[in-house]
Amino acid sequence: MTTAATTATPILQARGLVKRYGHVTALAGTDFDLRPGEILAVIGDNGAGKSSLIRALSGALIPDAGEILLEGRPVHFRTPVDARRAGIETVYQDLAIAPAMSIAENLFLGREPRRGGVAGRLLRMLDRERMLRESAAHLAELRIGIASMSQPVETLSGGQRQAVAVARSAAFARHVVIMDEPTAALGVKESGMVLDLIRRVRDRGLSVVLISHDMPHVFELADRIHIARLGRRVAVVRPGAVSMSDAVAVMTGALHPEALPDGEPR
Amino acid sequence: MLRRPVGILQARAWRDRLPPLGTIGSLVALVAACIFFTARTGRFLTGANLSLVLQQVMVVGVIAIGQTLVILTAGIDLSCGAVMALGGIVMTKLAVQHGLPVPAAVASGIGVAVLFGLVNGLLVSAIRLPPFIVTLGTWNIAFAITQLYSSAQTVTQLPPAMTALGRTFRVGGTSVVYGALVMLLLYAITWFALRETAAGRHVYAIGNNPEATRLAGIDTNRLLVGVYALAGALYGVAALLLVARTGVGDPNAGQTENLDSITAVVLGGTSLFGGRGMVIGSLVGALIVGVFRNGLTLMGVSSVYQILITGVLVILAVAADQLSRRDPSR
Repeated sequence: MTTAATTATPILQARGLVKRYGHVTALAGTDFDLRPGEILAVIGDNGAGKSSLIRALSGALIPDAGEILLEGRPVHFRTPVDARRAGIETVYQDLAIAPAMSIAENLFLGREPRRGGVAGRLLRMLDRERMLRESAAHLAELRIGIASMSQPVETLSGGQRQAVAVARSAAFARHVVIMDEPTAALGVKESGMVLDLIRRVRDRGLSVVLISHDMPHVFELADRIHIARLGRRVAVVRPGAVSMSDAVAVMTGALHPEALPDGEPR
Repeated sequence: MLRRPVGILQARAWRDRLPPLGTIGSLVALVAACIFFTARTGRFLTGANLSLVLQQVMVVGVIAIGQTLVILTAGIDLSCGAVMALGGIVMTKLAVQHGLPVPAAVASGIGVAVLFGLVNGLLVSAIRLPPFIVTLGTWNIAFAITQLYSSAQTVTQLPPAMTALGRTFRVGGTSVVYGALVMLLLYAITWFALRETAAGRHVYAIGNNPEATRLAGIDTNRLLVGVYALAGALYGVAALLLVARTGVGDPNAGQTENLDSITAVVLGGTSLFGGRGMVIGSLVGALIVGVFRNGLTLMGVSSVYQILITGVLVILAVAADQLSRRDPSR
């Protein structure tokens, strides 16, 4: 955690986001602040509105009210593609990969480079060489040890698949990477690898939003923790200043956020 | 660190370059079928007979290209045979009874087939209906329109230009039908597009994981409509080849083409679950279907048994696909 990150203005903000489905309120005017170069964990019980919040930030959901600001400027995402264009990439829980396709093809899915000259312009040929070369460079940058970029993703282990998904996001994100439960389906050892990977993504200068149910992972990795409850942000805490059980107690409503030692209660 | 023993990775990289097992398996099956029929009947391995096989295969072969595209997206097209029959009736009737020039009549026939493809694609993508039900419906609609429009009458006395692709040229001792060249050209173009262009890769991606494809910013609805419409165009071309081969517009054509084309695609190693396979495999699959039908006819097996055998063949092929893809590690 650098001191610069604590004082800088938020890279991504949300003010008073509201989303209702019939008479169910998913977001009841929640706020959100992500500072540059930090890992912000978002925790909350089921129905706390954490996935709706993430979906709003990644463009998968259009809020009924409230605003989202990227680098202080209001943005209006109508689709995940809008968010991606603005520099926000999301690693989805179900991984959003095409299993029978190669690592390189998955990395470049939807943004395939074309060859130059007649082959590219007239025949619309893909630049495979470049896809393979740049995929290898992106994975190497994050120190992911996979040798062949032409290998189908389904031949990889769960942790390696997650690594490919993270590498894709990191390769194309300019500002923010959102990760939804990145360790949910993984064993202990592979989880550890993915946690290291998330740190390296942050160390490359990207800001990371981490959604997780796994409190030990959250406390190990996060610079700050956003606690969601009943569609609102009830507190933002630092892992060092608050115990895991207190954070869970606030999350479930057993403890009032004002009672936290280092809360920034809202 | 995420590492695997280097040896395993290199072995995989090397194996990646080989065609998938399904395609090799179907080639082996084709050769085996040819050897079997050569042994059983002296008339199989003759130039005249192989020329006949090719004429029979060119129609289902072109349909199988469209079927492959649809199946790669994890769909299925049961309307292909009926749409082909309708396309054939439209182009022959327009040329013979309304005196349209042949190119315009052919274009109209193909256009009607494309229209059916567009309808299939729109219903599958925008309204998210299951492809099986949609194409079962359009199959019947196309069949009924064909019967109504033709008054169930065969269209004869076609202008010679319409049957040009049914003529043959000689290679060595065998006469080869021009339509077969059209089929091979279409296979080559589709193979290239699926393999080397982004749109082709997106067809695989949508069959692999439609949600991931959409999230990657690809307009999956447009892609699906495009695939079904292109498949329709191919059924229209198949209609032209059938008309050229038979010399008539037959309202009762296309009765076996849907199962035959699905059999060809699956025998060629393309997964019915979508996202895996190669269009070249479907050519091999179509040849297997053609060789079986032809060989069984030469052996004097009645056509009812041929239908029975095709049914068994498609179930065997799907079962083999299913079993070979079962991952032992999961």
